[in-house]
Amino acid sequence: MMPAFTKGNEAIAESAIRAGLRAYFGYPVTPQSELPEYLARRLPERGGVFLQAESEIAAINMVYGAGARVMISTSGPGFSLMQEGLSYLVGAEVPCVVVDMMRGGPGLGNIAPAQGDYFQATKSAGHGDGRLLVLAPWSVQEACDLTRVAFDLADRYRNPVAILGDGLLGQMMEPVVLPAPVEPARDVAWATTGAGSGPARVITSLDLEPEALEARNRRLQEKYRRAQQEVRWEGYRLDDADVAVVAYGISARIARTAVDRARDEGVAAGLVRPITLFPFPSQAVRDVASRVRIVLVTELSAGQMVEDVRLAADGRVPVRFYGRFGGMVSTPPEILDQIEQAASEVRAA
Amino acid sequence: MAALDLIAAGFGGQGILFLGEVLAWAAVLEGKNATWLPSYGPEQRGGTATCTVVVAGGTIGSPVVADPEVLVAMNGPSLDKFAPRVRPGGLVIVDASMVDRPVARSDVRVVRVDAVAQAAALGDVRMANMVLLGALLAAVPVVSLDAVKRVLADQFPPPNEALAAANVKAVTGGMAASRGAAQPLR
Amino acid sequence: MRPESPMTRVFGRPPVLIETPTHYCPGCTHGIAHRLVAEVIDELGLRGRTIGVASVGCSVLAYHYLDVDFQQAAHGRAPAVATGIKRVLPGRVVFTYQGDGDLAAIGTAEIIHAANRGERITVIFINNAVYGMTGGQMAPTTLVGMRTTTTPAGRDPVVYGFPLRVAELLAPLPGVAYASRVALSSPAHVNRAKRSIRRAFQTQLDGLGFSIVEMLSTCPVGWGQTPIDAMRWLEAEMFPVFPLGELKAPAEVKA
Repeated sequence: MMPAFTKGNEAIAESAIRAGLRAYFGYPVTPQSELPEYLARRLPERGGVFLQAESEIAAINMVYGAGARVMISTSGPGFSLMQEGLSYLVGAEVPCVVVDMMRGGPGLGNIAPAQGDYFQATKSAGHGDGRLLVLAPWSVQEACDLTRVAFDLADRYRNPVAILGDGLLGQMMEPVVLPAPVEPARDVAWATTGAGSGPARVITSLDLEPEALEARNRRLQEKYRRAQQEVRWEGYRLDDADVAVVAYGISARIARTAVDRARDEGVAAGLVRPITLFPFPSQAVRDVASRVRIVLVTELSAGQMVEDVRLAADGRVPVRFYGRFGGMVSTPPEILDQIEQAASEVRAA
Repeated sequence: MAALDLIAAGFGGQGILFLGEVLAWAAVLEGKNATWLPSYGPEQRGGTATCTVVVAGGTIGSPVVADPEVLVAMNGPSLDKFAPRVRPGGLVIVDASMVDRPVARSDVRVVRVDAVAQAAALGDVRMANMVLLGALLAAVPVVSLDAVKRVLADQFPPPNEALAAANVKAVTGGMAASRGAAQPLR
Repeated sequence: MRPESPMTRVFGRPPVLIETPTHYCPGCTHGIAHRLVAEVIDELGLRGRTIGVASVGCSVLAYHYLDVDFQQAAHGRAPAVATGIKRVLPGRVVFTYQGDGDLAAIGTAEIIHAANRGERITVIFINNAVYGMTGGQMAPTTLVGMRTTTTPAGRDPVVYGFPLRVAELLAPLPGVAYASRVALSSPAHVNRAKRSIRRAFQTQLDGLGFSIVEMLSTCPVGWGQTPIDAMRWLEAEMFPVFPLGELKAPAEVKA
């Protein structure tokens, strides 16, 4: 099959339609606006609902009401506004797929690529104690593939699933083979459909009795423990590596080229690429950390995922960090330089 | 390893993004991998447009290129900014209609094409980007003219097939003008 | 010989109203409002196709009292949640039940835009001029000079502006098909309120646009009054600021 050549934002949108998307609610924000624009053109003609809301706050609450396969997309500032709603979705166990094409922050920041929303995406879904499942594609093809995965996980765990990309992935074009359309099972026994049969259905995150709310929280935490089986990661040239680079998304693409160049220069470097950021591939990182001599984490942030890497490595090896942020994007020569520094550090030791 | 990595740069409106898209899409039609990246980060400033294209037979690592093999410069500021980054032994293609200063590198090949003038002679200055693409393909035949034709036919479907034909003519014109024009490394 | 006259049922609990004690304070009019909504849903035969959206405030547990599918929404977001439900299921009847803090303060953007889009939803808006659940703080509808726990010297319009008239604010929007203000302070007003709710739901059923019924309600505890004094106060003090009546009604559903 001839691949399409398309932008990451549009590949996610088309993949969502093919996953049986029934509704999209969103609010324009750069650099992801191609995604809603695509769906505004294509979703209604395939029987779905497209609505541009008055804000991300409203949009995520429309998502909360959809009761079907539903998506929302945004970038940094909009993701912040969605935190309230995401907390309700998590608490009430309502699934959705939320796309965050990260841009430079904090505040208004800028519209250039960044990875500074890692904490916000992986550590808490708004207030309270809930989590998003978080997927981090590194190519347009993977963005397309993980969109399908995101919908399946959202339904399976009845939990919002985030696709964490960045402005670069969203606007980059690459060949992509689109998946065949599926009609998702309409098993929405939880949805408030006003169907009238049986007892009334109630979707709520309110438990006035602490015992009941603790029980709800236990159920959520048990769910997140079960979700550990969904961990995805990829290793590259790790077999005899002294230096393991850990990076996700677009940073991992850049790091992969740097790893190849390091190998060309005789430095035994490899790459660990977390694909699920929550659940984080802690065991994989721990195993790799037990085999290599030093770990280098690189992100387009001031250092966020590096905290999870350090927790996983648990002091087995030194963990160094290199980040660019504010919309600055690291380059292969920069990362190569960091790999060489890390290698010389362990040689000197 | 990449078969080609390239940065194309110029003013907005000169068709820089389209040049890159035609090249990348043609590579995909030939079964290769390609990435196309529009201006990002600090490259977005100053009214300049850039795009980065990587073509490879296998997996492409970084779509971000700091040190391209090829630079296509459609104006002076782009040449000044990106020429120092071109890898030694690389190629710099300059629109001589827009840039009169020399390329201050002795370790790269330089192709100068009067792209705007040539496009004007073909009837539309906006096709200067395709003239430069032709010049690129003459120097580095990373994709076939046939694949380029297929992309242009796809981009200008009927009733705009005349535009497709005109753009193909611009590409072949650029190829002819620059064939053998690459200055040898000194 | 006279035939035995058949018994006629003249009053009863509407089936949609769940038979259970409510958590509302003595004298609070939420119970009346719930009952009216339940009666209308039953009389229009909508029980099997209605979805309610509960807001944040005293009525957060409305789903304990009304036997239809319900979704509980975040502070002020009920119109957005209702939009999501209605857009995916346009054949269902969707209503929100919101108080003045929820609708007219934290949820101002959501109510205005749902109204302006002409969402085919019905909004039951309880205006009791105070925040009930959080403990009697100032609401956007608090009267000038009215003492609340956050305006201990009375609402000063220089500091806080004037009471927000929601029905008047929304009625001019083209998307709004039905807007009215009613009161729950006497049997006559309660009967009028029910007719208004019925028209609002009928407006939705006819696909004519957004409908809202603003109901002037009492909060005896929040106001520091007895239930009877609260009813009197409502009519004496709130009526001049919040005039009753239908501000907008489609000809098709006019009584």
